[in-house]
Amino acid sequence: MTFEIIMIISICLLIMSILANIYRVVKGPTSPDRVQALDSIGINLIASIAVFSVLLHTHAFFDLILLIGILSFVGTVAFARFLESGVVIVRKR
Amino acid sequence: MTGIIEFIVLVFIVIGAFFTVVSAFGIIRLPDLYTRNHAASKSATLGVMSVLIGTFIYFYASGHSNTRLVLAIIFIFLTSPVGGHLINRAAYYTGVELWGKSSRDDLKGKVPVKK
Repeated sequence: MTFEIIMIISICLLIMSILANIYRVVKGPTSPDRVQALDSIGINLIASIAVFSVLLHTHAFFDLILLIGILSFVGTVAFARFLESGVVIVRKR
Repeated sequence: MTGIIEFIVLVFIVIGAFFTVVSAFGIIRLPDLYTRNHAASKSATLGVMSVLIGTFIYFYASGHSNTRLVLAIIFIFLTSPVGGHLINRAAYYTGVELWGKSSRDDLKGKVPVKK
């Protein structure tokens, strides 16, 4: 019983930190700030899915953890390349 | 599921949530993009890895040993600092300014910064 209560409290903490990142996405003065905050939202979402799967005692969401990690990394790299040079995929001709 | 395993899982997950909240406070309160990136890419990575280690111990104790979770831990450990570095580099090259009170800028004048 105490186990579930502490799990729910830590899910609430993770969602609070997602809300803090959303504040930074809305307010952030520059666009790399927003990209950084979205990457951090992806990371926090991974943690909340992990705690949620412990709470439900199912191991069906582990693919989702790996998938969100990969998608967050690819999106961050694409946005960083776009901000730096204006193109995502360089054409060599 | 014995009590000691639950206690270990609780310690790992609570430490992970604590580090994530510390990272969120850093993201709200720090004055600069680079310091915010420092908070977000280190503390959040450590917190998420701790939460995933706790989850792995929980499912390993109840009979499922998942290689996908270990793979996710290694992948986050490898890629999150790389993403932070790329964002920092893109921000510096596009002319995002440092905090007003920061005293040292080693890259000033050495890289082409486009405004």
